[in-house]
Amino acid sequence: MNTVTVALHALAHARAGDKGNRSNISVIAYRPEAFPFLLEQVTEARVLAVFAHKGARACRRYVLPNLQAMNFVIDDALEGGVNGSLCLDGHGKSFSFLLLGDIEVTVPASCLPK
Amino acid sequence: MAKVFIGCGAGFAGDRFDAAVPVVRTLATQPGERFLIYEVLAERTLAIAQKLRRENPQAGYSPFLDLYLPLVLRDCVDHGIRIVTNMGAANPVGGAHRVQALARELGIAGLRVAALTGDNLLDAMSADEVREQPVIEGLGLGERPIVAANAYLGADSVAAALATGAQVVLVGRTTDAALSLGPLLHVHGWRADQLDLLAQGTVCGHLLECGAQVTGAYFADPGFKDVPDLANVGFPIAEVASDGELLVTKAANTGGRVSRPTVIEQLLYEVHDPFNYLTPDVVLDMGEIEVQDIGTDLVRVSGARGKPPPATLKATVSMDAGWLGEGEISYAGPNALARAELAAQAVRERCRTIGVKEQVRVEVLGTFALFDGDDASRRARVQRPADGEYRVRAAVRSSERQVAQRVSDEVLSLYCSGPAGGAGVRQHVTPQIGTASILVDRKRVQPRITMVEHR
Repeated sequence: MNTVTVALHALAHARAGDKGNRSNISVIAYRPEAFPFLLEQVTEARVLAVFAHKGARACRRYVLPNLQAMNFVIDDALEGGVNGSLCLDGHGKSFSFLLLGDIEVTVPASCLPK
Repeated sequence: MAKVFIGCGAGFAGDRFDAAVPVVRTLATQPGERFLIYEVLAERTLAIAQKLRRENPQAGYSPFLDLYLPLVLRDCVDHGIRIVTNMGAANPVGGAHRVQALARELGIAGLRVAALTGDNLLDAMSADEVREQPVIEGLGLGERPIVAANAYLGADSVAAALATGAQVVLVGRTTDAALSLGPLLHVHGWRADQLDLLAQGTVCGHLLECGAQVTGAYFADPGFKDVPDLANVGFPIAEVASDGELLVTKAANTGGRVSRPTVIEQLLYEVHDPFNYLTPDVVLDMGEIEVQDIGTDLVRVSGARGKPPPATLKATVSMDAGWLGEGEISYAGPNALARAELAAQAVRERCRTIGVKEQVRVEVLGTFALFDGDDASRRARVQRPADGEYRVRAAVRSSERQVAQRVSDEVLSLYCSGPAGGAGVRQHVTPQIGTASILVDRKRVQPRITMVEHR
């Protein structure tokens, strides 16, 4: 099988939200064919590692197969959140793209959007 | 089958002032019960409103009321479109009087305006008692002065306000979804035990509450997620049948896009456990939800499941949290990165020299500062071009305004005392609000409806 290794951004879209010091990031596959590979490779441990330098302590993944989507909830990812962080992005609104850029996945080329 | 049409005119305080105009124009052509909602009340916004009210008992409603409503009030009245909004903020009755004054200016007679109150916990309990309630999220309450404490009222209270026949309903703190679910309970007569219907209505509210975030805005990513005519993005309109069928579309003759991907992104926005999304009306389970494109800019959402709501209500407590001081300065052209980093180093050293005890973050924008932490570990991994355009930003939080100002001023001083070519200084010193979520007994919260008639 012809496989490619690409940043998650090529295969999925995402949106980040905040509540207090907790971030949630949805990851939604563009193509249903890609979803099983994302489930296998975009794990709680890998996502937690992306945010470790921000102080993240735990990551929980919720899977919604009907929507070819996952929802990651990352505790203490926001350096105190909008009321405590010294980062320009205290909401972590840009974190969807941090995740999409940092995580690489290997999938059959047919999983890429046309 | 009777349908309810709900359009959204604003998704946050600061949303586009004229977004509701095409929404109202579209609603006016629809058969059935029509509603226009505006969601403008973040935790911080409400805390600021509470402060304004303390200074002036007539104030404390949303300053956006005067920006948004004059553009649409006449057309809404003429076409029977009812307005439901949390622009009441810390003073829904005061806001209702202001709506009547606007109506008078526009020559609208006999407008019925209802104000929903009862969310203000400080009317029902002392600040000390608020401090005794269990904190589920956010900062400990400690001894810090409480600025505001508001419970999230549910959709039943909004429905009760609509049952008065009011053409405009001003609320303070309710769930954002209640602005939509309230009209649905009112028109369709859904009962508290029809949990799957309440769940569908909650999904409707959740999809609408951030305005254009479901119609292609906060979504566009050129070449990956293209959105037509984003500059004129249309705000959303939901159509909800009495059996819970939910269609999402947008105002006619506008830009933007409503599609399965735009809807899914918003569905999961600010959701933690999608199988247990807690509201005072119902616990929403998104596990079986289906999202289907059924036409251009037309999406059907089905399959929401409901479970009984929690016994307690959530409330947000806001406290004064000192000051945030920020200063920024830019460097461009040859060797800009080295000059920016020299500037950052100078600010760090100066903050130590003048005795700033608080933690100071000095970062260089253009080097992935948004993604970095205090340890600058990402910065160390990424090679950036030596020439280019970089912006130095310093930030501090302090209980003292003077400290916040001083750190900001250290960036300003770089104009004459820093590296070559520093330009474009901006400074911000802003008061901060801290928040915590607590749980309160439903019996302690008594929703109340006040009709405000033409005086």
